[in-house]
Amino acid sequence: MDFDLNEEQRLLKDSIDGLLTDSYDFESRKKYMKEKGGWSKAVWGKLAEQGLLGLPFAEADGGFGGGGVETMIVMEALGKALVLEPYLATVVIGGGFLRHAGTDAQKAAHVPGIIDGSKTLAFAQLEKNSRYDLFDVSTTAKKKGDGWVIDGEKFVVLNGENAEILIVTARTKGDRRDKSGIGVFLVPASAKGVTKKSYPTQDGLHAADITFTGVEVGADAALGNPDDSLALIERVVDEARVALCAEAVGLMDESLKTTVEYIKTRKQFGVAIGSFQSLQHRASDMFVAAEQARSMSMFATMAGEFEDASERSNAIAAAKVQIGKSLKYVGQQAIQLHGGIGMTMEAKIGHYFKRLTMIENSFGDTDYHQRRVADGGGLI
Amino acid sequence: MDLAFTKEEQAFREEVRTFFRGNVPPDTRRKLVEGRHLSKDEMVTWWRILNKKGWGTSHWPTQYGGTGWTSVQHYIFNEELQSYPAPQPLAFGVSMVGPVIYTFGNEAQKKQYLPRIANVDDWWCQGFSEPGSGSDLASLKTKAERKGDKWIINGQKTWTTLAQHADMIFCLCRTDATAKKQMGISFIVFDMKSKGVTVRPIQTIDGGLEVNEVFFDDVEVPYENLIGEENKGWDYAKFLLGNERTGIARVGVSKERLRRIRDLASKVESGGKPIIQDAAFREKLAACEIELKALELTQLRVVADEGKHGKGKPNPASSVLKIKGSEIQQTTTELLMEVIGPFAAPYDVHGDDGSNEAMDWTAQIAPSYFNNRKVSIYGGSNEIQRNIIAKAVLGL
Repeated sequence: MDFDLNEEQRLLKDSIDGLLTDSYDFESRKKYMKEKGGWSKAVWGKLAEQGLLGLPFAEADGGFGGGGVETMIVMEALGKALVLEPYLATVVIGGGFLRHAGTDAQKAAHVPGIIDGSKTLAFAQLEKNSRYDLFDVSTTAKKKGDGWVIDGEKFVVLNGENAEILIVTARTKGDRRDKSGIGVFLVPASAKGVTKKSYPTQDGLHAADITFTGVEVGADAALGNPDDSLALIERVVDEARVALCAEAVGLMDESLKTTVEYIKTRKQFGVAIGSFQSLQHRASDMFVAAEQARSMSMFATMAGEFEDASERSNAIAAAKVQIGKSLKYVGQQAIQLHGGIGMTMEAKIGHYFKRLTMIENSFGDTDYHQRRVADGGGLI
Repeated sequence: MDLAFTKEEQAFREEVRTFFRGNVPPDTRRKLVEGRHLSKDEMVTWWRILNKKGWGTSHWPTQYGGTGWTSVQHYIFNEELQSYPAPQPLAFGVSMVGPVIYTFGNEAQKKQYLPRIANVDDWWCQGFSEPGSGSDLASLKTKAERKGDKWIINGQKTWTTLAQHADMIFCLCRTDATAKKQMGISFIVFDMKSKGVTVRPIQTIDGGLEVNEVFFDDVEVPYENLIGEENKGWDYAKFLLGNERTGIARVGVSKERLRRIRDLASKVESGGKPIIQDAAFREKLAACEIELKALELTQLRVVADEGKHGKGKPNPASSVLKIKGSEIQQTTTELLMEVIGPFAAPYDVHGDDGSNEAMDWTAQIAPSYFNNRKVSIYGGSNEIQRNIIAKAVLGL
């Protein structure tokens, strides 16, 4: 049992922390938001240069063979700096599908572009009524010759505006809520029949609602078994949840730090407001919440490598619950302790709060995952 | 990072578990599961079995009878002990006064007291809190005056747990009234049967008789019963309180209780079916299990950290353990109350000796809920813990 980082992992942490300290202060972030697409190609290029975009890929595919801990380190750092760039969509989720299900040809076609930063991906999964159920899929993929024709609507596709490649869940068989008959398809964003409505999200990222109308793709578009890929989707989404847990820990760390600094310097009644016990206790509870979240983020990271899929899912669901409870407490109290200034766009704390809040509503919220743990027979 | 226990650690867990299965008296285990009080004899019998095995004072240095286990082994031992469940070693002797004596006591004191602590030949109790000194412990007033080769002790202690069984007390006494409050305190041990010592039981809201008031009226104590240096008692008290950081989370205790809740909830009916089939209840139970899992991981982080970097610099996460550990213990007793529903009500009278063996098991649930309100008050209330985090961790 060991919770420390090894030498290589420490170097990785130093390297990404260093990069973000140099290029990602709050003022720079504001500039990046105004760039086309809402994030910085230059920063993306730096992440590529440091090998971070190739981190989880096998060495044979040109990557660094990093595991869950490496991704945790990166996501925590990205959270701490409130990074806009589409690491989750491209490397964690897009990369995840390619790593777990990609054929040699599919990997050869897409992985090098991810690693060198020339290509980003987006995961088109959410539908109007699917909410958090990954098996609830109405979008269809009908066989045509060797390939497929995709029809349907997907919503809030993160990085959907910019991505070159869309990874689309679609039903090849059965009814809307059947657990079998679901496939995963690689669709070029430029394919005929793909239309997008793009918009910024509450937390300053960008997403798109995407309509697929008679979109034809070839035989090589299917990732894994086109008739039975729910287990694949669950696995990759579990990895995304783990990554979000780590990002949230980074966000909470920075929120707590910023808040503690603020109450040490803000003076009222002639003293720093951090000298008041009611505020101290609130800050202490934020610390407790953040530490519990960190523990569960580590647990989820290690659970990502569990062999047994139900054990893995249960552990990750539990982590998402703890993260959800902690982030709500830390986020809300961070605003409260900042007082009026916390309500302004100008102060950075509100932006951390907004990103944390959006994480709660991504890939299953606290109630959703709590129900999963409860129905799965608990955790003890 | 690696969550797995090594093969040796897993084998150790099996060894511990096997020993408990074969050696904890079944009646003792049953009473713990049902939340009943154990008699003095039952506790002492078990502690002597543990001591004979060499595990009674496991965390002591090996020259005083410790096991030399790693911090992970200690963690495993405690978890198995708490979740079997078996009675934990008498904290006042083994975890509190023992380490103070082997760290600050002289050779004669070590020789005199340590083996008797290990074998519970002496039952120890703790004389810290006073009616006017709770969280502000250093304001204590019990006075020890030097008179030749004796101390004359006058004053009153309170919340003295199981003092009715005690042979010995370790006591914080004011020995210099002129010094700053922390500086004038000494750590003195003495016989509870000394003339002038009176123990008066305090009945707690659960009906139990765990705690007492202890009065000292011109109690004569040999001067050599002073541990360490005169007026350094506050340092020893801080050492003592900081000594048991990880056990305080009581993860194993809560685990055992959650298993029991799940078991009872599959038997007790609500709406014509077992209450475990009620989604709202099941989610509450899951919520508590998740909190406990997070706490267990936090505790493991602290344990792994101590194993690697020593106990010198405490991991900041350790201050989480008391707060969350006590909250979760309280939640488990709330869930038990919910399972038992209207049958929480019948109140059965305790025996004169505090025993409650005659009571129906359902009648233990409400008392256990009432009794567990104490866990966020004792050992430095959770508000004091928050003060500690604010000051020591956040620098406020």
